[in-house]
Amino acid sequence: MDLIVEVKRHAYDDLAVLEDIALHLRAGEIVSVIGPSGCGKSTLLGIVGGILKATDGRVFMEGEPPADCLNPLTYIFQDFALLPWRTVEQNVALPLEHHDLSAAERRRRVADALQRTNLAEFAAALPKQLSGGMRQRVGIARALVVRPAVLLMDEPLSALDAQTRDLLMEDFLRLWLRERIAALYVTHNLAEALKLADRIVVLSRRPGRVKEIMTVPMPQRERAGKAAQAELAELGDRLWSLLRDEAERADREVIDG
Amino acid sequence: MAEISTSGARAPALRREVVFRGGGFAPEARPLYSWVAFIALLAVWQAAISVGWLNPLFLPSPASILTALWRLFASGEIWQHLSASLMRIGLGWLIGTALGLLLGLAMGLLSAFRAVGLPFVSALYPIPKIALLPLLILWLGIGESPKVATIAAGVLFPTVIATFSGVDAVPRNLIRMAQSFNLPTAGIITKIVLPAALPGILAGFRISIATALLLVVAAEMIGAQFGVGAFLLTAGNLMQTDDLMAGVVILSVLGLGLGAILTLVERTFLRWR
Repeated sequence: MDLIVEVKRHAYDDLAVLEDIALHLRAGEIVSVIGPSGCGKSTLLGIVGGILKATDGRVFMEGEPPADCLNPLTYIFQDFALLPWRTVEQNVALPLEHHDLSAAERRRRVADALQRTNLAEFAAALPKQLSGGMRQRVGIARALVVRPAVLLMDEPLSALDAQTRDLLMEDFLRLWLRERIAALYVTHNLAEALKLADRIVVLSRRPGRVKEIMTVPMPQRERAGKAAQAELAELGDRLWSLLRDEAERADREVIDG
Repeated sequence: MAEISTSGARAPALRREVVFRGGGFAPEARPLYSWVAFIALLAVWQAAISVGWLNPLFLPSPASILTALWRLFASGEIWQHLSASLMRIGLGWLIGTALGLLLGLAMGLLSAFRAVGLPFVSALYPIPKIALLPLLILWLGIGESPKVATIAAGVLFPTVIATFSGVDAVPRNLIRMAQSFNLPTAGIITKIVLPAALPGILAGFRISIATALLLVVAAEMIGAQFGVGAFLLTAGNLMQTDDLMAGVVILSVLGLGLGAILTLVERTFLRWR
């Protein structure tokens, strides 16, 4: 299933946040959206996922989602958005509870999602008993349980410490290489975008416009190798040069406020 | 640190221990202290009466209060008062709580209810509900209804406010998460909003139970034959201060008991906190 985003304008009252955004996310592709603070990255993801209504714009799903998909566009949240009164297993089961599934099918899906995220032995734990990294795994398991066509990831690693971030990034990569679920991945972090994305969309400062769409010309599995480092570093420099001026101006705008 | 000596012996440097500056400002549980203080207070009180510093007519000794309690329970006299009060508290609290939960939930969830309800609640909450009793007697007659209605009115407002505030404070990211999985509205209310608002609602129950206890005594003092409030008033009028203090002790124990039940409910339903 492809995802087509056409947002001509989005504003909060008179404050324009996004303008002239046109994106096409193809099945199985990871597109990362980067940009300075306040450029509307998370807003864009909200519009794509249907939890924010664009002032002027629409999002289309083209083609059929996987046969067993219960929620084609599925979020993974920055702050995990777990229910603290539910166990890991109950949190993962939440998206299935309003679907007409047999109890056996529900159990099978939950067990499968827990297995794929290495959470099986923590099924009975409460979120407060888990580390940040483990909580985000629960968020990922909850997303996988509905067999999504597109994952909408809103800075999923930004609330974690650097080591946990690296470990979880490796997990994401393994998961994606295995399942090839398309993803729209919003991040501040250029290194994350370079490790994960097929294409990187650079947004300008507010109102966010597409400044450039950069293709990362090597498969994800090769990016950890030494041979790829020079090329990735060059891409990183180019990305930073695109972003630096925007980030500086955005920073001044916030201070001038 | 390496020592470098250039001119023979060096005077030993002054060595001072770093003084601990932290500590304090961290409450510690000392359950024994409260028992010791309580027993000490009773002992001083008893001694003050035994040596004639206090007049037992105005403040009876702990021993005579205990004797009065024993007599009231053994004769069964207190039961008809206690049962009448408990019935009024139970009924008034249940009615006030049910209405308060419904209104608070509606105000928390629906903008129209919030716009209409908030000014009303703000205006009516500060009124001492016992002031409404004469009006309620006019409306409902002189039976149980006005007393129960007074308690219900007293319970209603803290429950509305606690429920509304609890619902209002539900993290919006949890609701958006549920919406992103297409949970139906009823599912969002039962699976997200109510559990998330429960700590606030239960905190409101603590206030509403204390309010119900206060109002039942006041209402029974104004117009009731039976009830702890009526018993206290009669004992006061007859200068039976040992019975009066026994009634106060019963109210205190009742308050503690209801609080303990609520603590149990909190521990059961809020284990996740």
